[in-house]
Amino acid sequence: MTVSKEELLHIANLADIKIKDEEIDKYLNNLQDILNYTELLNSMNLDELDETIGANDSSNVFRKDEIAQFDNKEGIMANAPEKERNMFKIPKVLN
Amino acid sequence: MESITNLTVHELVEKLKNNELTSEEITKAYIDRINEKEKDVDAFVTLTTDEALNESKKIDEERKENKELSEYAGIPIGIKDNLCTKGVKTTCSSKMLENFVSPYDATVVEKLNKEGIISLGKLNMDEFAMGSSTENSAIKITHNPWDLSRVPGGSSGGSAAAVAGNFVPWALGSDTGGSIREPAAFCGVVGLKPTYGLVSRYGLVAFASSLDQVGPITKDVKDSAMLLNIISGHDEKDSTSYDVEKKDYLQNLEKDLTGIKIGVPKEFFGEGINKEVKEQLEKAIETYKKLGATVEETSLDVAKASLAAYYIIACAEASSNLGRFDGIRYGYRAKDFNSLKELYVNSRTEGFGDEVKRRIILGTYVLSSGYYDAYYKKAQKVRTYVKNEFNKAFSKYDVLLTPVSPSTAFKIGEKCNNPLEMYLADICTVSINIASVPAISLPCGVDSNGMPVGMQLIGNRFEEEKILNVAYKFEQEIKFRENHKPTFKK
Repeated sequence: MTVSKEELLHIANLADIKIKDEEIDKYLNNLQDILNYTELLNSMNLDELDETIGANDSSNVFRKDEIAQFDNKEGIMANAPEKERNMFKIPKVLN
Repeated sequence: MESITNLTVHELVEKLKNNELTSEEITKAYIDRINEKEKDVDAFVTLTTDEALNESKKIDEERKENKELSEYAGIPIGIKDNLCTKGVKTTCSSKMLENFVSPYDATVVEKLNKEGIISLGKLNMDEFAMGSSTENSAIKITHNPWDLSRVPGGSSGGSAAAVAGNFVPWALGSDTGGSIREPAAFCGVVGLKPTYGLVSRYGLVAFASSLDQVGPITKDVKDSAMLLNIISGHDEKDSTSYDVEKKDYLQNLEKDLTGIKIGVPKEFFGEGINKEVKEQLEKAIETYKKLGATVEETSLDVAKASLAAYYIIACAEASSNLGRFDGIRYGYRAKDFNSLKELYVNSRTEGFGDEVKRRIILGTYVLSSGYYDAYYKKAQKVRTYVKNEFNKAFSKYDVLLTPVSPSTAFKIGEKCNNPLEMYLADICTVSINIASVPAISLPCGVDSNGMPVGMQLIGNRFEEEKILNVAYKFEQEIKFRENHKPTFKK
């Protein structure tokens, strides 16, 4: 499959990444190289196989829904780029 | 004090036990060594040597007072910088996390602390563990102690270089597609990627959650078994960690190899594998025959399909995992933005390096509407195929023997401009993660440049004791560490 410039920019927008004009060709070439390599999977007969979901055979792992105290709230807030009264601060989202 | 830092951990443990050395003497020797050589290698992102020295004195006091201590109490270690350490920066070698201080310890770090093992610092890596040379670090470039103009491998390049350079007696790394084994091979040390689920991933910054495993990088195989003893085990904080009976991986090391069947998959020795790498592995095969093992050529055609599936699955998972870096709760926040969307976009665009962005975009692409079946679903089927092929191989053989990497350590800058070529460095290692099986990398010789050549031994799931046994007997026979040492040549 060939990736177009418009598609690349659409995907980058979905991923919240900005690609500068001068970087577009490089991204397109790199992406295309890797996608071309994966073409070799098309020659494999995979019809009979199930997908592997997760790495091991265990399915759902349940635990009791119990509240546990985390003892280092200051440590969490200390990493906030911007905060106010012990809350994370973000730009205004509603006008 | 080269002599202390050249000792393995099991030798240090003996010396501590017999009161021939104190923890302070050991820790000081390592700090001296770091002060002397780290400037040439650049293995560390963060050093915690002052804290380590204080800790070592405290442990010596406790030992004097006959307090009950682990045999490992007072032994130093180095930790890859994607494992969370409470109160010490965990950067993932990224601008995104340059100032991030984890509010908690990873489970494996907690286990080290419980033993009284002392961290000397956090080790460099490819940003978010994405790379095979540690050149993708946003912090610094690490040099290979065997030849400073060459890469140490990656992504756990700092860990492997620090062990090879005797800056730490052992280290923790992480392996998603070869990130423990390839740098171990490039730096002439021992690296083990455990079975998926044997070691807790809690507190390991996620790259590709269904492939990531934490594992030991050590000077020899016995140390690898020791560190695996410490870090393995079920953790309720990681629901993908397996609740299997805990083994003592030291038990099986000395076992005779008579009756052991080793399969050598011919596809791993084909096109693209360096001639000198092949030669050293052929010698290793002869050594195994001498040791009484049965060695047979076999077929396991999974390498290329695994690599293709790997880059789809790993990037897909990464694009989702790295969605959390948005500049809100922690991590880098751009200075300029006019809206919430712009805050996200600018923070991520400025905070992530090229390779990380490339993989997020590839991952977003293969998961996006219209392409999911063609890429992701297909890759998940390939994963089943690869697992089945490994199952077939392990119905015939105890262990499989392959190269770790197509070449020995390459020059810094050599593969930087071609991502696909860099990805091909993982051709021999990714299928192991795809199949969730364990594998160990250990040195088997050197090439004509004096660079170490790695051998990979692959085992069936949760059969680490078998690959450790097969690796140990080989190591005892060829005595690599006695015959070859890093030269720090420029």
